[in-house]
Amino acid sequence: MAIEKSTWTTKAGLAQMLKGGVIMDVIDVEQAKIAEDAGAVAVMALERVPADIRRQGGVARMSDPELIVRIKESVTIPVMAKARIGHFVEAQVLEALGIDYIDESEVLTPADNEFHIDKHRYKIPFVNGCKNLGEALRRITEGAAMLRTKGEAGTGDVVEAVRHARTVLGEIRRLQSMSEDELFSAAKNLQAPYDLVKQVAQAGRLPVVNFAAGGIATPADAALMMQIGVDGVFVGSGIFKSGNPSVRAKAIVQATTHYQDAHIIAEVSKNLGEAMVGINISSLPQEQLLASRGW
Amino acid sequence: MIVGILALQGAFREHEEMLTRMGVPCLQVRLPRDLAKVDRLIIPGGESTTIGKLLVMYDLLEPIRQRVLAGMPIWGTCAGAILLSSKIIDGKADQPSLHLMDIESRRNAFGSQLDSFEADVTVAGLDAPFHTVFIRAPILENPQGACHAIATLPDGRVVAALQGHILATSFHPELTLDNRIHRLFLSL
Repeated sequence: MAIEKSTWTTKAGLAQMLKGGVIMDVIDVEQAKIAEDAGAVAVMALERVPADIRRQGGVARMSDPELIVRIKESVTIPVMAKARIGHFVEAQVLEALGIDYIDESEVLTPADNEFHIDKHRYKIPFVNGCKNLGEALRRITEGAAMLRTKGEAGTGDVVEAVRHARTVLGEIRRLQSMSEDELFSAAKNLQAPYDLVKQVAQAGRLPVVNFAAGGIATPADAALMMQIGVDGVFVGSGIFKSGNPSVRAKAIVQATTHYQDAHIIAEVSKNLGEAMVGINISSLPQEQLLASRGW
Repeated sequence: MIVGILALQGAFREHEEMLTRMGVPCLQVRLPRDLAKVDRLIIPGGESTTIGKLLVMYDLLEPIRQRVLAGMPIWGTCAGAILLSSKIIDGKADQPSLHLMDIESRRNAFGSQLDSFEADVTVAGLDAPFHTVFIRAPILENPQGACHAIATLPDGRVVAALQGHILATSFHPELTLDNRIHRLFLSL
């Protein structure tokens, strides 16, 4: 019997299994266990959450492999970690650690201003951020098996995640109404391969799972993103920068499952303590926006 | 007949699309009131710790158990198979389970995502091998009594089992276009 490992189906398939779930940023073993106990479907292991990366400045890199391995050993759910955009050696290192997914992330300082990682060369699957459909399709062409909105990480302001999700979904709906010849022109404008554009136009959705990320801080934020039409949510700083991480994490998990049930969202939103303080994105200078990284 | 698909988390949409292609009416189940409307139930792949927690929180664990004990057919794929088993090995200490099948499940039995794989597997009762997809999959061990293996890997490890009207598969037929295991479930 021939066994084929790390196929496209297994890579994209793991993301399909994460759908309807919450992936939480954690910086140590203790937080990883709180996340798992709260019902997270996976954890993102990193040294600093985006809010701290933003505050402390400097170059943000892949986390210490020792930290990632300790977190991996402490939980039974999948573990993800971030590599810098274009840093294909950080990706090789993360693959060697035997984790489950790599996030080629704009939250870290980009290592290459022109090229993203050629993700087809890896056995491990990748998730990438996107602001619009063209970016989404370019990342899939490079081998991304899962996508997420970029949002604006570390702000606790959901406005950019909403904009990115609405942009991607709106552009897909526009493709669906186009004729064959219009699709050629659309592919050119999206700077994406025609075959992929045509596939999306026919299916009415992306060929990979698409989560929301970047600024989600409350159960209602998570349900908002789900109702807009994403497949699940990443919560970065929003949980462990809040007053009561365990209670908030559980509430966001429940709101993601029952995203269409306002009574349940109301119930789980009670008495969560203080949300992360947050930064109003419109007050940020252009050069501090992380979402503009990647192309 | 309406097939319920537990929709707390995971790949419930894929099962729904398969059943819809087959022309079988189905319904997403998130609360006990949804369960009351269905005649059989599929527990999809996903994260078994997450689904287990939500089963307990929303009072579905015991009602599902009682319905199955009263004869409702049920099928668990991957995480769903774990939740059906009598004992979870390598799980979390307090991980909830339905304890409906006399078989043990070993979580992430093949390793991390890098060990996820596809293979053609012979399934008892099917005319030709089934193309299977295993993703951070469990294996099933030590079937007892009325529970018996219906598919094994060449090394003998059990990847599908049947106990009367209860079906468990470590792999994901919903990620393929082959509906034979769905038909098998509908015949139970």
